[in-house]
Amino acid sequence: MTWETVIGLEVHVQLATRSKMFCGCSAAFGGQSNTNVCPVCLGLPGALPVANIEAVRLATRAALGLEFTVHPRSFFARKNYFYPDLPKGYQISQFDRPLATDGRLRIQSPDRGEVTIGMARLHLEEDAAKSVHDHIPGRSAVDFNRSGVPLAEIVSDPDLRSPTEARAYLVALKQLLQYLGVSDCNMEEGHLRVDGNLSVRPLGDSALGVKQEVKNMNSFAAVERALEQLCDRQIRLLEGNGSVELTTFSAATGELRVMRTKEESHDYRYFPEPDLPPLILTDAWIDAEGKALPELPAAKRARLQEEYGIRPYDAEVLSATRDVADYFEAVITAGGDPQSATNWVMGAVLRDAKESNGALRVHPHRLAVLMEMVATGVLSNQAAKRVFTELTSTTEQPGGVAERMGLLQVSDAGKISAWIDSVLESRPAEVARFRKGETKLIGFFIGKVMQESEGKADPKRVKEILSDKLAPRK
Amino acid sequence: MNGPLRSVDETAALIAAVEEKGLNATISFDHTVMRRQAEEIAGRPDSTRLNGLAIGVKDNICTIEYPTTCASHILQDYRSPYQATAVSRLKDAGGIVACKTNLDEFAMGSSTEHSAFGRVRHPHDPDRVPGGSSGGSAALVAAGALRVALGSETGGSVRQPAAFCGVVGVKPSYGRVSRYGLVAFGSSLDQIGVFGKTVADAASLLEVISGRDANDSTCADLDQLDAPLERPDLDGIVIGLPSEYFPDDLDPAIRAACDRTIAALRQAGASVRAVSLPHTSLAVPCYYVIAPAEASANLARYDGVRYGLRVPQDDLHALYRETRGSGFGPEVRRRIIVGTYVLSSGYYEAYYTKAQRARGRIARDFDDVYAGGVDLLFTPTTPTTAFKAGERLRDPVAMYLADVFVCSANLAGIPAVSLPIGRTQGLPIGGQLMAPAYEEELLLNAAHVLEECIDPIAEI
Repeated sequence: MTWETVIGLEVHVQLATRSKMFCGCSAAFGGQSNTNVCPVCLGLPGALPVANIEAVRLATRAALGLEFTVHPRSFFARKNYFYPDLPKGYQISQFDRPLATDGRLRIQSPDRGEVTIGMARLHLEEDAAKSVHDHIPGRSAVDFNRSGVPLAEIVSDPDLRSPTEARAYLVALKQLLQYLGVSDCNMEEGHLRVDGNLSVRPLGDSALGVKQEVKNMNSFAAVERALEQLCDRQIRLLEGNGSVELTTFSAATGELRVMRTKEESHDYRYFPEPDLPPLILTDAWIDAEGKALPELPAAKRARLQEEYGIRPYDAEVLSATRDVADYFEAVITAGGDPQSATNWVMGAVLRDAKESNGALRVHPHRLAVLMEMVATGVLSNQAAKRVFTELTSTTEQPGGVAERMGLLQVSDAGKISAWIDSVLESRPAEVARFRKGETKLIGFFIGKVMQESEGKADPKRVKEILSDKLAPRK
Repeated sequence: MNGPLRSVDETAALIAAVEEKGLNATISFDHTVMRRQAEEIAGRPDSTRLNGLAIGVKDNICTIEYPTTCASHILQDYRSPYQATAVSRLKDAGGIVACKTNLDEFAMGSSTEHSAFGRVRHPHDPDRVPGGSSGGSAALVAAGALRVALGSETGGSVRQPAAFCGVVGVKPSYGRVSRYGLVAFGSSLDQIGVFGKTVADAASLLEVISGRDANDSTCADLDQLDAPLERPDLDGIVIGLPSEYFPDDLDPAIRAACDRTIAALRQAGASVRAVSLPHTSLAVPCYYVIAPAEASANLARYDGVRYGLRVPQDDLHALYRETRGSGFGPEVRRRIIVGTYVLSSGYYEAYYTKAQRARGRIARDFDDVYAGGVDLLFTPTTPTTAFKAGERLRDPVAMYLADVFVCSANLAGIPAVSLPIGRTQGLPIGGQLMAPAYEEELLLNAAHVLEECIDPIAEI
């Protein structure tokens, strides 16, 4: 039998605010345990939450970027359960009246080409604290620095059809969220946390199979792997005439382990949060946020192709992040030619970024100057790459660096002639072969002359003079 | 010796005396703590408003001078690292936190018998209860040890003990006073209230603690209340008498005291008319769904993990079970169980949703009456006078019915005051005035006029 996989993802996104969701404590990652805390995020008796407007703004921005309907009136709710990392015994979240519903994201599926993935809801909530099991031997401790950090939870529809497609969705979602400036999306710091649910059904069936949930996946690769395992497991079960039961797995160790069975499932007893009034957003405010959205990846890709005549693949690479795309355009604004800007950014610039943790260390203006030196023959391409490498660690101008490194091209006919003469004198055999008609040796001679000049000779002038000198004698 | 110091010494002596006689109205009380505060404010020019006035604070309101126990074993030694907004404000105005007063555990009860620190005695009859849950505050004011005290209301917990003890008790509109630092019971109903020997005393304390607070999103965006008691009479005021609050089987002495008060209201210039609040009978059942539902979540934080009582166990669930099972008293456990039940999936619509709908109807009843030209409502505060200790402990429903006339105001979020309107067999009877939301100025003025024209201790 051919099986169809149906996947939905819940993504928790940490919003890039300075302070927490319901108090003024810093939301910064790390720091000494239990230092960014107050009566509110510790859940002390009598403390009350006050909603962080900046978190509301960022969540609204995410919702608008994902084409959600943002509701002018939404409600907070309490999600009740006991756990040591949950100081109030409930999490403030949103339930039946979330901030936004009905969003969508177009992605490039590895299996199906461009597909639109629907999103059921986006809501605001607070993070739990962090249980620490290796701090005090034999005991567990809790670090409340993370308690109350603002999250947006984005719930997709069951529109994904394979684990690789799920991963592509996550990559596209992450890119969009970074574009929007909503989250730093730093996986190591837990800014994006993904829970997945998956079911399989005979291809062609319209009814959904029984879904199972998987949690604790700490990378997109881990999500893909866990979903693959879950998918295989369900198909094996069904083909062995077994049945799939509602179960929640943990993938923390790389293997699926049962966390909760159906009988152990929680009744969260959601009810409206009486400590917070309804979250009211005016239409004007929502509109203004919509108008302030930056250009999003799809639009940017299209525009880069259109405006600079670059290839689709190049446009995709250049718009991978807003920083890179902005950089690319800044190089052009500073006078760079679009095609060589493309080559430079996709080559040397991104290579350097990879080595320097994403930093774009050579100011676009300096790169444009460097490119101009190549265009006018002051610097060879080879030499320019060496200058670029040097530029990553100095603030000097390209001209100064090239001069200091002795890389400025020589186009003086006298000097070039001298190098050529020296090469021709030491290669009489090749000269003879050339003169007998083996003209492709011209490249060999140019290379040798460049070597002789330590890369400084202007290759165009070298070719001209060389051709002249090798021309049949009259 | 300066004023505040002399006054704290006198007050401390009075409190010590009544406690010695077994009133059991305080949980924390320390003369040196009072003196220290008096010395602090003595040099402060901004402290003249309350000028060293000693104030009893119900022990579910966070203070830094004293522990905040909520009269619960689970918070027996708990000290709050911060103080409630209301407490900061009364201290800024020159008030002194005299003592922390006894209450029903987590403010759940109507008799102040459900306290881990023992029951509070009625100041006029030690065999009776002072009402509750703010019984300690009411008893101290009634016994003459304090002029004013803070209490809290979720369903009548200031007005009902005020009526039983024969003092003035004010529950402001929901949102008039910040709840920041008031240990939550039923968050959509909770409100800090005040007790006073007189309406003027209560009003001056209420003014000081009221007003917007950035720490409480449910606190109204209003300036501090300014309610000068300047009205000489009730000319032009229409007072409604809701028939549901005067049932045929109302205690005859209470009816007689009300009749006498109604006559006094008329004499003061008010016109009085019969009105109806048709959904009144839903108030108690509605209250006993919503308040426990919210309480079941609000009390989840007492889990033995971070503060308060911990009964160490090998596994987490046993820790929760043993800590909460032994830390909470029976009435609190009962309400947590009820609240958990009514929020459970499959029961939520039948109880919680329905109760919310009933709450809406109750609130609309008031809106309709006020929109029909009625300025204030007058009712008895309680259906009986103070009952005997132990009498209703085994019958929670009988206990809950003590709040039948008071909990509608909490559900509707409107302000109300109870003031003494006479006595029967030596026991005080309370009369209640209710006003539209945020009409405290009118409410307090009317109570003040009424107070002037009736004898609060006359036997009926």
